[in-house]
Amino acid sequence: MTLDISKIRQDFPILEREIRPGVKLVYLDSTATSQKPVSVLAAMDEFYRHSNANIHRGVHVLAEESTAMYENAREAIARFIHAKSPRQIIYTRNTTESINLVAYSWGRANLKNNDLVILTEMEHHSNLVPWHILAAEKGIRLEFIPVDDQGLLDLDVYRNLLSQGPKLVSFTHMSNVLGTINPAADIIKLAHEAGALALLDGAQSVPHFKIDVQALDVDFMAFSAHKMVGPTGIGALYGKTELLEAMPPFLGGGDMIKEVKLRSFRPNDLPYKFEAGTPAIAEAIGFGAAVKYLEGLGMDAIAAHEQEMITYALERLEEIPGVKVFGPVAEKKGGVAAFTLTGVHPHDVAQILDSLGVAVRAGHHCAQPLHEKYNIPATSRASFYLYNTREEIDALVNGIYKVKEYFG
Amino acid sequence: MDDLYREIIIEHYKNPSYRGHLDPNDISFADNNPLCGDHIEINLRVDDRGSVSDARFDGHGCAISQASADLLIESVIGKSLEEIKHLNKQDILNLLGIELGPVRLKCALLSLKVLKAGVYGLGSASDDLLE
Repeated sequence: MTLDISKIRQDFPILEREIRPGVKLVYLDSTATSQKPVSVLAAMDEFYRHSNANIHRGVHVLAEESTAMYENAREAIARFIHAKSPRQIIYTRNTTESINLVAYSWGRANLKNNDLVILTEMEHHSNLVPWHILAAEKGIRLEFIPVDDQGLLDLDVYRNLLSQGPKLVSFTHMSNVLGTINPAADIIKLAHEAGALALLDGAQSVPHFKIDVQALDVDFMAFSAHKMVGPTGIGALYGKTELLEAMPPFLGGGDMIKEVKLRSFRPNDLPYKFEAGTPAIAEAIGFGAAVKYLEGLGMDAIAAHEQEMITYALERLEEIPGVKVFGPVAEKKGGVAAFTLTGVHPHDVAQILDSLGVAVRAGHHCAQPLHEKYNIPATSRASFYLYNTREEIDALVNGIYKVKEYFG
Repeated sequence: MDDLYREIIIEHYKNPSYRGHLDPNDISFADNNPLCGDHIEINLRVDDRGSVSDARFDGHGCAISQASADLLIESVIGKSLEEIKHLNKQDILNLLGIELGPVRLKCALLSLKVLKAGVYGLGSASDDLLE
């Protein structure tokens, strides 16, 4: 099944916007955050207009409606990633908070001096810094699966690292710079064989292709709504029930308790144990609407469209003299093209593209070590999602030629 | 866009007059823009009367950051350290001859922050130095 992109674009009002008079938006920055369809906006609007109340307390109609909407969204998200139970879906603010939750709760309880955590060289800062903090606090050791020249993980080095008896392997499913889609099932299986748990950073994979957490047998997975046509301020942590049950609470406060005495408390059941305080209710409802929108289109069709986009983009970009695109060939990556243009800084590229309405990101994309590895301070990054078209890639390419004129 | 990439900026970016190092020097300082990784180092020679007798910069970054560094270094040769302490954001914008949005302003002002942190003998280049 192929997507009807012109019909999909009508669901995203922002795509109609003129950035300046006569200059239409070409949004190629969905890896940073995706745009939102009207169904997501309407779900949140309807909640505030019609049902708004705090959840899990109060017996009035609004409180019951709000609670049901919040929990229905959790069920939709659980179904979307094929979790056994919605109780395995913990609402967080975003992927970053989900990873921090594992580091602070599971990590503090289970890791001690000299224990090994394996990461990779292509991680986002959100899957580096929580472990740096834990290393400073607990003396854990960090080792990294290297990235080769093609932008792929060196799994031979990984196998060697596994012989050192790691406690955890935490890695990204898809690089936000290289676009590399890592062989998650293999990496997780090898981790388990070595006696380690596996945490998957799904920030860039869950929005773009079908994920089955049970088939992957992953122990934890972190992801964000805002990269998958949902709102900002809400994300999720998936975890295996027995692990989540055994973990100490993360933040303390209301809703996460069963009973509180002046000098003690008993934590609530899953998932509430990890959801202290009034959560982002409207955003959770928006998250639910987002996964329904994606399901309605079909994740396989979305993945196929993005594969078509990146194949075309790489073909066009590589024909421009001076352009170097980082990462593997199209078949091994998602819809991300980070590139440099000889003699022009990525900020200048992005600035001139912006004058033509083409929105790309420039910088190190929260993956500074990866850029250092390739010995470049920054890249420009174009990324593609379900609403992007070939014409938009043409606009990007024409824009890069314009940049070359300025700096000629 | 044609304003932002005025010929003077492209020219100073591609063919800077003051890129390099001074060895020996009296003041040397370097810092980054953490947002984009732009890097600027400045070297100054200061004479007996407290005036800059020669100056150079080095580093990497976008056209705005590198051109403003070249223009700034050109402008401080012959100035006293006291005068440099009084330079502010507007002086840089006057040198560039353009208006800048908040994101690109950070690129343009990195060299001034580094220069003033060096002159004041501070450990890092903070935004407080721009006023």
